[in-house]
Amino acid sequence: MSARRIAVVSAGLSNPSSTRMLADRLAAATVTALRQAQGPDSQPIEATVDTIELRDLAHDITNNLLTGFAPPALESAINTVVSADALIVVTPIFSTSYSGLFKSFIDVLDPDALTGKPVLIGANAGTARHSLAIDYAIRPLFAYLHADAMSTGVFAASSDWGSSADQVAPLSARVEKGARELAEAIARREPAGAADPFDPDSYLGQGRSFGHLLGGLAGE
Amino acid sequence: MSEITSGVQAQMQFGIFTVSDITQDPTTGHTPSEAERIRATVEIAKHAEEVGLDVFALGEHHNPPFWSSSPTTTLAYIAAQTERLIVSTATTLITTNDPVKIAEDYAMLQHLSGGRMDLMLGRGNTGPVYPWFGKDIRQGLPLSIENYALLHQLWREDVVDWEGKFRTPLQGFTATPRPLDGVAPFVWHGSIRTPEIAEQAAYYGDGFFANNIFWPAEHYQRLIGLYRQRWEHYGHGAPETAIVGLGGQAFMAKNSQDAVAQFRPYFDNAPVYGHGPSLEDFSEMTPLTVGSPQQVIDRYAGMREIFGDYQRQLFLMDHAGLPLKTVLEQLDFLGGEVVPVLRREFATNRPSNVPDAPTHAGLVKATYGDGPSRQATPRANRGDNLSGPSPYADAPAPAGAAFGAAATGGAR
Repeated sequence: MSARRIAVVSAGLSNPSSTRMLADRLAAATVTALRQAQGPDSQPIEATVDTIELRDLAHDITNNLLTGFAPPALESAINTVVSADALIVVTPIFSTSYSGLFKSFIDVLDPDALTGKPVLIGANAGTARHSLAIDYAIRPLFAYLHADAMSTGVFAASSDWGSSADQVAPLSARVEKGARELAEAIARREPAGAADPFDPDSYLGQGRSFGHLLGGLAGE
Repeated sequence: MSEITSGVQAQMQFGIFTVSDITQDPTTGHTPSEAERIRATVEIAKHAEEVGLDVFALGEHHNPPFWSSSPTTTLAYIAAQTERLIVSTATTLITTNDPVKIAEDYAMLQHLSGGRMDLMLGRGNTGPVYPWFGKDIRQGLPLSIENYALLHQLWREDVVDWEGKFRTPLQGFTATPRPLDGVAPFVWHGSIRTPEIAEQAAYYGDGFFANNIFWPAEHYQRLIGLYRQRWEHYGHGAPETAIVGLGGQAFMAKNSQDAVAQFRPYFDNAPVYGHGPSLEDFSEMTPLTVGSPQQVIDRYAGMREIFGDYQRQLFLMDHAGLPLKTVLEQLDFLGGEVVPVLRREFATNRPSNVPDAPTHAGLVKATYGDGPSRQATPRANRGDNLSGPSPYADAPAPAGAAFGAAATGGAR
């Protein structure tokens, strides 16, 4: 059996939060889909989920923006995100885009930290009129970061949680579609290795020496 | 060796470093003029020597509200008015300064101060400085690496032919004056986060300085650990023989409540971390210590547990609008009560293979033993360096680093 770790970032501000509800559903559906998938070793994949509520880190995130370093709780959350096999991100739509808190968290990550990482995007808002924000606002952010965002983004309007929900493509079906795509992306990949930025092989390249940084100056 | 003094011979050097910020005093609303703050900084440096500190290091900036655009001018002036103090930088911009001019300026400072100087190289973190000096910030690291390779060569070879990516080539160039006693100024490489700079310091057998002010100690622990490991990798000796410097920050009063009350408005409005974390949180996460002299002693005596025995401890004491009078009082605490105890603490159980702090005298001794040092003497000017023998009548200095294996005869 292969083991994987999924990090969930939820940027909802209230408690209970419908952002968190959507995040939990996406995570649960992805875990289920992974059990039905096969890893590179032809074994089913068991995934664990670490959920990060950005509200709990709001002050730390602001302090990181001001001082340049992450206080311990935020540093731990950042490590959880950048070392995960895949990411589920869910943000409320504020003023036609991701929330400021969500973007601030992204801003304190190393710009290269999410390169190649499978990401399932979720968003929620009061009405379905905001649903395209996933594609015009959130998706470009992850394109810039060179993350591998799933083609399905899952948007939940308030009505999706009640009787006036979309009956033709209900939220549960959209959640399953996104989760299946993410599970397939995880299954295609080897488990994420933890890269140590202070390992000479990371910053010099495998087996290289300082002479390679000097280039022609040292003749290497 | 030259007749003049050449710095304090000590296991550990203690001193202060300043970024040269001109900041409004939040308790009075007074912002010093450039003239006032420049004079104050000279006072602070002189007082550092009076209270028994070893080092005064000055930053380099090219924009307001900082004043220190031309560190060697200031440092030469300070060196002329002091007798034991080592003047240094924190940091000298290796990215945007021409390495040829660094070689010349700091060799001048070395001569005028009688060897009581060294310098710390850094990349600089003010974005526009790069374009102002015709550079691209995206090339920060390659500039650091190439420029230092040239600087290193200019101080060690009388005649340099050189070609690189970032600077006009040199043919038959001699950086003058030749370093005092034929020994290049000691160089620290400062870095906040870049492992390549720790690698660079280790490669050359130079010192590594961790700012250690704004971030948690655990972060710098990894950088310094890397530097020590790579020091050994490049054949300079065991990890504990590497040359490490640390920054720090303290504010003191007789009792800790008074220190906190007095410093809090400066902390809350300080550049960089003001309006961010609370004083209490920041003190817990970083080496900032606000309290009694004993609390500062306890905190900094513990640094060797985190980083290993090291050679230089600098404190930031004069930023965030603190008035001159307060800074001088802080230096009284530092030199009078804290550093004497720290010297004893750090001397206790210090392994015998941990090198003393670098000084000019130490470098000369490592290079020449008890023999005479080089006194570079030009031949009569013939107008070019390209043909014939050396432009100098005397023999050049022996090559090699003054620390580690190269100093003790090992090959690199």
